[in-house]
Order: sequence, then structure tokens, then C-alpha cells
Amino acid sequence: MRIRFQQNLDDLKEKLLVMAGMAEQSIQRAVEAYRVRDLSICDLVDRGEMAINRLEREIDQMSLDLLAMEQPMAIDLRFILSVIKINADVERVGDSARTISDRVRDLQAFPAADLPIDIPRTANLASGMVRKALQAFIEGDAEMAESVLKMDDSVDKLNASAHSTLLALMKKEPTLASQALNALMISRALERVADHATNIAEDVIFWVRGADVRHHAGAAASRNNSGAKS
Amino acid sequence: MGVSIEVNDLNAWYGSNHTLLDITLHIPPNEATALIGPSGCGKSTFVRCLNRMHETNPIAKVTGGVKIGGVDIYSEVAAVEVRRRIGMVFQRPNPFPTMSIYDNVASGLRLNGFRNRRVLDEVVERSLQQAALWDEVKDELKKKSGASLSGGQQQRLCIARALAVDPEVLLMDEPASALDPVSTAKIEDLIFQLKSQYTIVIVTHNMQQAARVAERTGFFLSGRLVEFDSTHKIFTNPGDKRTEDYITGRFG
Repeated sequence: MRIRFQQNLDDLKEKLLVMAGMAEQSIQRAVEAYRVRDLSICDLVDRGEMAINRLEREIDQMSLDLLAMEQPMAIDLRFILSVIKINADVERVGDSARTISDRVRDLQAFPAADLPIDIPRTANLASGMVRKALQAFIEGDAEMAESVLKMDDSVDKLNASAHSTLLALMKKEPTLASQALNALMISRALERVADHATNIAEDVIFWVRGADVRHHAGAAASRNNSGAKS
Repeated sequence: MGVSIEVNDLNAWYGSNHTLLDITLHIPPNEATALIGPSGCGKSTFVRCLNRMHETNPIAKVTGGVKIGGVDIYSEVAAVEVRRRIGMVFQRPNPFPTMSIYDNVASGLRLNGFRNRRVLDEVVERSLQQAALWDEVKDELKKKSGASLSGGQQQRLCIARALAVDPEVLLMDEPASALDPVSTAKIEDLIFQLKSQYTIVIVTHNMQQAARVAERTGFFLSGRLVEFDSTHKIFTNPGDKRTEDYITGRFG
């Protein structure tokens, strides 16, 4: 039993989960900042992004060290590869929170507008996907990860609907163009968050089953087991 | 050219110790096949059954079938002929210490009755070139003894000696475990090149080495072949939990 190596894998997982928790919180904060037009919350998002970026570099370094020093095989190798990829996706979730925060700052220059789209609902769905993908990662549960993939369509539809609604509004009410454009970019950022959650879920499936399900490839996983330990 | 190896229901014993149990596998020609597993799992016994070395131990016994190139090596040919067709290289290089480099390589041919000087010269050069040793020793073939070479060179000399009798299969029992990384890399490069002409079976404790040189890998445990599949599958996503536990170090 390679006890030290297993402890290092546990440390890697824990650090990634800390970072992912921060990224998910940043999305919630950014959307709250949009909802209540509060720039002090935007400052928290910005500070959070810096911490997320620092953790991204640390996780990459830990992964590199483990690959070089431990030469992992099979499920351990797949785990570290998945961590490297999930790490990049989580960092981009943090970037999306920053994008939303920047749009909220822009919006402060304009009067509040009651736009006919539901950003908090899109945000709840996208955050829910990130949370579920991370839960699947914690538990090594490929079936739970599969359920995340099915949720992506709802967010895509909400974003497409927001797109057409806001375009129509900009044509009809040009004075609201700035508010509508910023809202459109926020909706788009949330749709990207859902895409990152999907990527994370696919990486969990790869780790647990060794099956590559990206781009609808290899949907039939090579193993029946849905649990893994690391 | 290399030939295929068909093993059917192979069982082996040392006295009352049943060391190989019901091994059945097909090793394709012109590939390197790696055998991995913990010490005492039976992998070395298995390769020794492939050239009838196992039976040289008076308390050893073998049952089952081994066909090499379609010929049953236990019923259709003599053990001496089997060992000519199947070369073997061991963990520790074992050149004949008092013989020159030339005589080491030529020893197998001479044992088989070859005396023609021109033929021997040709075979010695060809074998040493195949073993990637020719350039390093060509000027001192008859002056230098095999034992005076470095460990890595001695191992390549043993490979040249095995190749000189024109075998179809090359068995290698941990051929690089006593060598430094540079010599190991040379042996691995050699295995890669020799595959086009021979079927290679390599026993190794070095998982990375198996992953680097072999197309297929078999995992042995307690005398049984637990899993035999493409090396890629074994090292990225093995089908059996025991294989995964072994290669990830979770064993025991």
C-alpha cells in the first residue's frame, strides 16, 4: 500500500474542492451583486478570483509533482488527469464570476431596468450543476455525474430565450440597450458555467469508469461500477 | 520471423507445490508481451515452461499444451530443439567468462556443429549488430573476454548469443533489472527493434518498462493468469480489480 501517495491524492482532492467551493460561491455572489446592484459584493468576487487563480497554480504543481515522482497507473493516473482538467474548468468558473462582476460594475452607470429575463433562475441551475458535478467528484459517483450532463439543456434553453428576448427588447427600446447588452453577457457567462460543470462531470466519468464521454463519444461506459475511491 | 505461442491449460509444479494453475493464453507473433506480477506469482516459471527449462529441475512437472508456431513443444520436438528455437536472456548477464566476445556469440552455433569460419564470422557480426553492440566491440572481438564488458554490454552480448542460433522467440526474464537507466534504455530500444523479427516475452517488475515496450501484458497472481490484454488497457483501465490494485500499489 502506497500510503504517502494515497495521502497526497487525498490532499490534491481536498485542495481542488476548496477551490471549487470558492468558485461556486463567487458565482452566487456575482449574481447577488447583479440582483441588488451592490459593488461591495463585486469586490469580494474580484478578491475571490485571485485566490482561485493561486489555487489553480498550486493544484497544477501538485499534479505535476505526483505524475513525475509517483508515476501513477490506471485509476490513479486517470484521477490526476481528471484533477488537472477539472482544475482548469473550475478556474474558468471563477473567470465567469469575474465577467458577471464586471458587467454589474458597468450597469451601475445606467438606471435600473426591469428586464423580462430570469438571471437568478439561470444562475441557480448553473450553480446547481457545478455543485452536483463536485458532489459526484467527492463521491466518485459516475451516475450522479451523468445526471449533470442531462441538466445542461435547460441552461442552454434559458440562455437562448434570454438572447432572443433581449435582442427584441433592444430593437424595441434602444434606451435600454446597455442594460440589455450587459444582461445578455451575464446570461452567456452563466451558460458557460453550465458548460464547465458538464466538463467536470465528464472528467468524473472518465476517472471512475475510464470512459471518454466527451462530445457524446463512448456513452456506454466500459464498466458497470459507479463508485471509485481515491 | 516470429511465431505465435498458444498455451492451453498449462499447469506446473515444484514437488507438491502447484505453481501454475490452468494458464491459457495466446501470444501473437512479432509482438512484445510483458508478464507482470508480484514475486512468486509464477511468471518466471511460466516462461521457463515455454522453452522446457522448467522440466530440467528433477522435482518439477508440467501438464497442458504449449504450441510454438503450431508445433507442440512437449510432444512433437526434442527439448534441445525447443531451446534452439526459443532464446532466453536472464536477469543477470551471464556471458561465458573465459570466452572472448566472438566465442560467446558463436558458442551456440558451435554446439550445433557449425564449424565453417566464414559462416561463424557472418553470424557473429549480424547478431552483435542486431543486439546493438557491434560498433562498441568490433575491434576487440577476439581479444576481449565477455566478462570484461560493462553490465549493459554483457546483457546485449547475451542477447546476441541468443540471437546467433536464429530463434523464433526471445524470452527475457527481467533483462534490465540489474542495469542502469542508460543501459536499460538501450535494451528497451533493442526490444522495440527485435519485435519485427522475433516474438518477445518479457518478465518485468518495472511497470513503466512493460508499458513502454510491450503491446500486450499479462498479470499473474498466485500462479494464475488474472488478466491478459493490450498494455494500454492494462495500465489505463484494467478489467480486474486485482490487476488495478497491483499496478496502483494498493496490493496487500
